[in-house]
Amino acid sequence: MKKEKKKKVSFARTWPLHLMLLPGVLVLFVYTILPLLGNVMAFQNFQPILGFFKSKWVGLDNFKYMFMLPDTFNIFRNTLIIAVGKIIFNLVMSVFFAVLLYEMGGKHFKKMTQTICFLPHFLSWVILAMIFRDLLDGSGIINTVLLKLGMIEEAIVFLGSNSLFQGIIVSTDVWKEFGYGAIIFIAALAGINQELYEAASIDGASRLQKIWNITLPGIKVTVVLVATLNIANVLNAGFDQVYNLYSPIVYETGDIIDTYVYRMSFESAQYSLATAIGLLKSVVSFVLIVLSNYLAKRFANYRIF
Amino acid sequence: MIKYKTMENRIFDFVVTLLLVILGLLCLLPLLHVLALSLSSKNAAVAGRVGFWPVEFTFASYEYLLQDARFFQSFVVSVKRVILGGGINLILTILMAYPLSLEKEEFPARDRYMWFTIFCMLFGASLVPWYFVIKETGLLDSIWALVIPSGVPVYNVILLMNFFRNQPKAIKESAKIDGINQVQMMFLICVPLAKPALATVTLFSIVGHWNNFFDGMLLINTPAKVPLQTYIQSLVINMSDTSKLSTEQLINMMSQRTFNSAKIVIATIPILVIYPFMQKYFVTGITLGSVKE
Repeated sequence: MKKEKKKKVSFARTWPLHLMLLPGVLVLFVYTILPLLGNVMAFQNFQPILGFFKSKWVGLDNFKYMFMLPDTFNIFRNTLIIAVGKIIFNLVMSVFFAVLLYEMGGKHFKKMTQTICFLPHFLSWVILAMIFRDLLDGSGIINTVLLKLGMIEEAIVFLGSNSLFQGIIVSTDVWKEFGYGAIIFIAALAGINQELYEAASIDGASRLQKIWNITLPGIKVTVVLVATLNIANVLNAGFDQVYNLYSPIVYETGDIIDTYVYRMSFESAQYSLATAIGLLKSVVSFVLIVLSNYLAKRFANYRIF
Repeated sequence: MIKYKTMENRIFDFVVTLLLVILGLLCLLPLLHVLALSLSSKNAAVAGRVGFWPVEFTFASYEYLLQDARFFQSFVVSVKRVILGGGINLILTILMAYPLSLEKEEFPARDRYMWFTIFCMLFGASLVPWYFVIKETGLLDSIWALVIPSGVPVYNVILLMNFFRNQPKAIKESAKIDGINQVQMMFLICVPLAKPALATVTLFSIVGHWNNFFDGMLLINTPAKVPLQTYIQSLVINMSDTSKLSTEQLINMMSQRTFNSAKIVIATIPILVIYPFMQKYFVTGITLGSVKE
């Protein structure tokens, strides 16, 4: 009895807090939870005219159909290759860049290099795709230079080549993100105890030995943390980038889950199939996020919430 | 780090500097190339004579661009979107982050709201149902479709919540003793003390809104209401599939090169304008998420 009374009093005091949360919760409910419930269409033969409630239920048919399609295997494979490539090369380049900056003396030069290398992160893939399409074009500057140097006989159609496409996607992404990705390592490097270097100098260690034995171990935890958190991204190959750089010629190696789902939905109107694939991706991603956060908490004592 | 001027150190420093210069140039040169193209004459661009410096310097592309009404129309739409979207994001982020930052004793329902928020972050909405919900709520083909569905950036809410939680407890305690209520506490104490965090999340949401092309492509049909990135993106798609074009079309497309470069430059300027502010804050933005207890 006493407890209940206490609760009532506290609601009288906390109603402004509920009111504060209301608009945000409403937006999240309508535009995140409702679409989530809309995932039922993965088990329907959804037709926009009939809507969610009148479309026919087909059970797991969409999923069976999905696993029979050769495209499905292809897009999952492409997504994995591109995403894992991005994660690995971004990590390596970011660490490399951070260590170079750390070893660099001159303050102004350092600042300028940072400013330049962070910039691409803030530009959109629409803009960057236009730039790269121009650079990699048959008559673009890269082909022109290679031809002049006599390294190739005729212009390479970079973005129209299935064997080059994944490499181009990964390397342009590294180009865009390595500087920004280095920030967390730059912060970690600033925390290394300087006395370690002095002691190593007295022992006669070379610069490379110091990097290998002091600098890199000093940021090991951060590297592991970033790698772990990235596990959550192995099904995110980057819609914006791929969508703006690919073309039907390179669907074989360039088509990823997100672009496929988009095309199935809004170009082929195969709503239910698209949703089934999207749902499969969401479920796997959810497991990966939970797993990566669990590992991050376990190994690096990091948690976001 | 104390460095001695030994031979080894000099060589090492030289290599480090060289590598950094190469990385810096790699980042800068593609952007310089576009700038150079936009300031070069059409003929030089088509002939592929433009490197990183304008050839036959001219403002012709920019003058031509001034007559392109659609470009400026979409530029204005984007500016509107950034102001509206950034504002909505900021308000909703504060309103959600503050109650969530309270302890359970002060706000018993806190944990339930928190789970709801985390759930929304972990499960992204599926594309097709998301589209139909926006359609059903009548936002399609209006600027509200670009700012309301993305009104709550959940990640920012959690960043700001952590920031509020790390604010010194002593200030809040003494304010409470002075008889302040929760609403006053938020507006008079917590928000003013969270300016760096608010600047960070706002700048991120501004850049996000400016750079987003997808919402505009899917949710807006009227050409006059399309935001800038979506408009530019429609040009990219027209550019693809060059294999099917005739030689004449190809040359025509090539001559668009300087013009398109000018569009890229203008579309990038707003980012360059806020970039110095971003730089001041994005380190905070990244370290903000960590929980310190």
